[in-house]
Formats: sequence, structure tokens, C-alpha cells
Amino acid sequence: MSDAVLRVNNLQTQFQTRGGVLKAVDGVSFEVACGRILGLVGESGSGKSVTGYSILGLIEAPGKVAGGEIILNGKDITRLKGDAMRQVRGAQIAMVFQDPMMTLNPVLKIGTQMIAAVRAHAKVSRKAARVKARDALAKVGIPSPDERLEAYPHQLSGGMRQRVAIAIALLHSPAVIIADEPTTALDVSIQGQILAEVRRLADETGTAFVWVTHDLAVVSSLADDICVMYAGRVVESGPAADVIASPRHPYTAGLLASVPAEHEPGTKLPQVPGSTPSLANLPQGCAFAPRCAKAGPACTTTPPVQHFEGGRTALCHYPIEPVSCQPLSLTSTTYRSAS
Amino acid sequence: MIGFLIQRVLQALMVVIAMSIIVFLGVYAIGNPIDVMIDPASDQALRAALIQRYGFDRPLIEQYFIFMNNMLHGDLGESFIYRLPVLNLILSRLPATLELALTAMMIATCLGIPLGLWAGYKPESLSAKAIMGFSVLGFSVPSFWVGLLLIMVFAVELGWLPSGGRGPTTEVLGMNLSITSLEGWSHILLPALNLALFKLGLLIRLTRAGTVEVMSSDYVRFARAQGLSEGKVVGLHVLKNISIPIVTVFGLELGSTLAFAVVTETVFNWPGMGKLIIDSITVLDRPVMVAYLILVVFLFVMINLVVDLIYGQLDPRIRVKAAS
Repeated sequence: MSDAVLRVNNLQTQFQTRGGVLKAVDGVSFEVACGRILGLVGESGSGKSVTGYSILGLIEAPGKVAGGEIILNGKDITRLKGDAMRQVRGAQIAMVFQDPMMTLNPVLKIGTQMIAAVRAHAKVSRKAARVKARDALAKVGIPSPDERLEAYPHQLSGGMRQRVAIAIALLHSPAVIIADEPTTALDVSIQGQILAEVRRLADETGTAFVWVTHDLAVVSSLADDICVMYAGRVVESGPAADVIASPRHPYTAGLLASVPAEHEPGTKLPQVPGSTPSLANLPQGCAFAPRCAKAGPACTTTPPVQHFEGGRTALCHYPIEPVSCQPLSLTSTTYRSAS
Repeated sequence: MIGFLIQRVLQALMVVIAMSIIVFLGVYAIGNPIDVMIDPASDQALRAALIQRYGFDRPLIEQYFIFMNNMLHGDLGESFIYRLPVLNLILSRLPATLELALTAMMIATCLGIPLGLWAGYKPESLSAKAIMGFSVLGFSVPSFWVGLLLIMVFAVELGWLPSGGRGPTTEVLGMNLSITSLEGWSHILLPALNLALFKLGLLIRLTRAGTVEVMSSDYVRFARAQGLSEGKVVGLHVLKNISIPIVTVFGLELGSTLAFAVVTETVFNWPGMGKLIIDSITVLDRPVMVAYLILVVFLFVMINLVVDLIYGQLDPRIRVKAAS
């Protein structure tokens, strides 16, 4: 893809701790094009959220982005600091957080918060900012937006609050929105509505989304492309449908096998054995090797990035051979665009 | 809202009544004011006449009801010593204490909140650590000692400011105030600073604790992700969230400063209410003591009522619902 709006190249984010340097993100690369949705999948502690924060320059001490580049619209924003980075945040890249109960300030009206967000990047009057805020609320499907501007966050439901957060992210028509598990805290029906809304927004506005999640069902129904992360590295990437239909990395295969929807009720659910390794104590070579059924002698050395047909990659010595069976369907609904 | 107000006023009334009983019993249980008031050599007839005049021969409960009845008519009694209505006596001293307490609170707030915000915003910085060290001094060093030190340095050694007294006053709205003139300010500065020091330390720590907590919250992170400037993040998102404990402590401290600025008023010879009550206790001037304490209760109750109303303005989640 040459038309990528966001390209992350060999990103390294490290945390200085008493026990040494933790490599929370270790050489992550991906790119996302206009209007596409990239699913960044992984377990807790795999570095997916840290990747999101790194892109926005929101890593706080003792953490820092130690290497790699983040290219936004052809411009390197990796080393931007202070006010220069502030002007990028919210205007060109926006972010939506996991818990809508916590991301809106409880003591300020929705309107006050949105007007502040508008005026952070646009020199407009309060009145004009208010109109813009109202339009943004309407755009994400919030009924009677004028009244919502006067409301406090606790007067809205969780789904409504997440819509407000998305509306705030959309205010300045950013090139990319990074969404950090934005539907995890919502119930399934609301999640469905939000996913459909996001898909529509990506198609209509051309905004690219990086959708950070641990929920494969969400990714399979929403994302165009997938990056699977494990212990700070991307272990597999490729078009979402292909990766889910035929995973090449044993970890992805293990994750997919443990989705309950695929199994007969009453049968034992396969699991990925063991648990995520501590970042302070990663195994030599492939971090997944101790949990991997296919592990061999080569796995004590760092695995190479293997490239396959269809733009797919896997970080593995012994990738799984492609299967030619019918694609799995994880959910009955799909929010992927027809293209 | 009206319902809430009525409820609070009733509560306040109960507190005032309970307090009046405690104060009345407590004060009337100590000593015999007749012994202080008259010459020990005077004869029994004069003693008896005085005892009757002040009603000390009646049962305590009757004395209490007479006192309460008078109070409801705005009569808090007459000072044994000054032979003046107690209310006038206290009110004549009120402006001095009021301006001293308010100036002290102003200094504490205007310095304490910004310093606390900074210390909470950059908790690891050297300046933040210096501020915190200062705040510990602020509320652990005894105020009489600081007062003497201030006099030593600024009045005696440097000679910049007067060591005590109130200076010239001008009448504003029926109150004699000294903050209307530069000369008056030079008098009030040292005692106000002395009085402010403890509150300053307290406000710094309170503001810092709140700021540290709020700075790590998701909504501050979200505000930063929106590209809000750091000034806006702190001024808009942080300040309002940390203001509830600050307002609470501000109210309590304002009340206690008004009521108990005794030490500072004594050190700086400030003619306020604190000095009046100390003098009255020394000579067992019961009406002044009782009236003063009831006035203090009233002040506290009123300040807390205002604080409660401000809570609702600051945090919509605890805003009282309209009476339904």
C-alpha cells in the first residue's frame, strides 16, 4: 500500500523500571490507508494499547519511544514534542479510549468539553464551536444533539458517552483515529451499533481507524486488515478475512480456536496453554515458543518475518501451511465494506 | 432546592439549640462571677442585691429559659465588666477579625492553590519538592513563634512594617476597616501572613493530592489526546475536579480563623474578637463568653451551608434535585 495515511515502522517503546528496561513495544510495523480499518489484536500486556499511546505521543515517564518512525501523511511525527505534537493530536490523529465512563470529565457539560476540543485547533468563536460540536454529535447518530450539549456525562448511557467520545475524535476530521478497545465496556447490542457507525464513518469520511482490541469477533466483523500482537511484537498480519480463515502463526491459530462460537456446546474449549510471559522475563528467541505446540529447535533464535502471498506476514520459524477450507464466520453480522 | 434549604436551616437550628445548652451549662458551672465583680470587703446585703439583679438565685433551668427568651429578642445580655450590651461589644470587634481572617484566607488561597497545582503537575521536579517541604513547615511550626519571628525580622530588624496594632481605620458600610488605606495594609500584612501560613500549608497539600490523582485520570489523558494545551487541561479539567475538598477545607478554615485567631491577635495586639474572648474568660464575663460561642456556632453553620450549596454547583452528580 503506497497510499498509507499512517505508517508505523519498527516502533520501539520502552519503560525504564528498577528491574531493567521493559520493551513493551518491540519493532512493531504496520500501515493503514485512507478509509480502512486496521485491527490491532492481542491479549492484555501484548503492547497493543502502548502502541496506540506511542503514536499520539502520550507515553508518560518512565516510558519513552526509543526508536522507529511514525509517518503521518508522509510527515515524520516520531520526534515531535510539546506544542508541535499538541497540534497534531486531535487535529490529525485522534483517539478514543476504552471506558466511556471515565474518558469524559464528570463535572463539565458535554458542550463545554466539546467546545474546548474544537477551540484547541480552530480559532473560532464559542458560538461557531458549539455549532460544530452539535453537528459532530448528529454525525455519530446522537438524537437531539442540542440537548446533549447541555447534559453532563452521568446523564448519558455508556453507549451514548462512547458516541460522544467518537464525535469528539471526529471534530477535526483527523486522518487517523486510534480506538483503544472502545466497545469492550459496552453491551453487545450497543457494541453492534457503534461498530456499524464506525464502519459507515470510515467509508464516508475516509478516516482511517486503528482498532485496538482483544476481541477477535469484533475484528473479524469490522477490520479490513489485522495485526496480531504478542509480547510487544506483531506476530502475524494480513487482510482480516484471510488471516481469520487461515492463520499462519500458531498463536493466531490458538486464539481463533479458543473462540467459543466455533464449537459444539458441551465440548471442551481448546485454550492456548500457559499465560502471557512477563515483559521483564521474555524467553530467548520466539516469545511464544514455550506455549507453542509447533515449537522446534530453531525457536530459541529470533524468528524471521516470513512474507506470504496476499500481503501477509508471520513472525515464525514454522508457519502453518495455508488451508483451503471454507472461511470461518465468527459472527453473523459483518460490518466490513463491500470493497 | 427550597426543600433542601429548609432541611438545612432546621438542622442548623438544632445545632444552635444544642450548642446553647452545652455552652450555657458549661459556662455557668465555672466559678462565681459575683466574686470577681465586687469588692470582697462589701457587705452581704450588696452581694444579695447583685445576685438577685443578675438572677443567679433562680434555678439554672429558669436562668437558661430567660437567657434564650432574651436571645430571641435580640438581647444577648450585658457584659458584667464593660456594662455594655454584649452584641454591640462583639460586633464592634467583628470587623477587625473579619478583615484579618479574610486577608489571611486570600493570601492562603491565592498562593496555595497555584503552588499546589504546580507541585501536583510536576511532582518529581525540584521546585515541587521545595514547595512540599515548605508546606510541612507551614503547618508544623507553631504560629505564635512564627508571629514573633515575623515581628523580629520585619518590624524590629528591618523596620519595614509596624509590629502591632491596627493603624488608622475608615468607616465603610458602618464597619471600621483598615484595609482601605496603605497604612492599614502595612499593619495587617504581618498578622495576616502569620495566620495564613498554616492554611497555606494545608491548601498546598490538599491541592497537590487532588492534582496528582486527577492528572492520571482517563479524562485528562483524553483531553490531551484532543490536543488541548496543558494550560487548558489544568485550568478546565483539573481545577474543577479538585475543588470540592478545597472548598470544604476553605469553609472550615474560614470559620475557625474567624473564631479562633486568638494567638495571632494576641501576638500582634490586634483588637479583634479573639482578644475579647480571652479577656472575658480571664474575668469570667459570662454573657460575653456565651454570646461569643453561640455566634461562632452560627458562623460555622452558615459557612457550611454555603459550602454545601457550592458543592452542587461544582459537581452536578451531587446537585440536589428540585423538590418533587
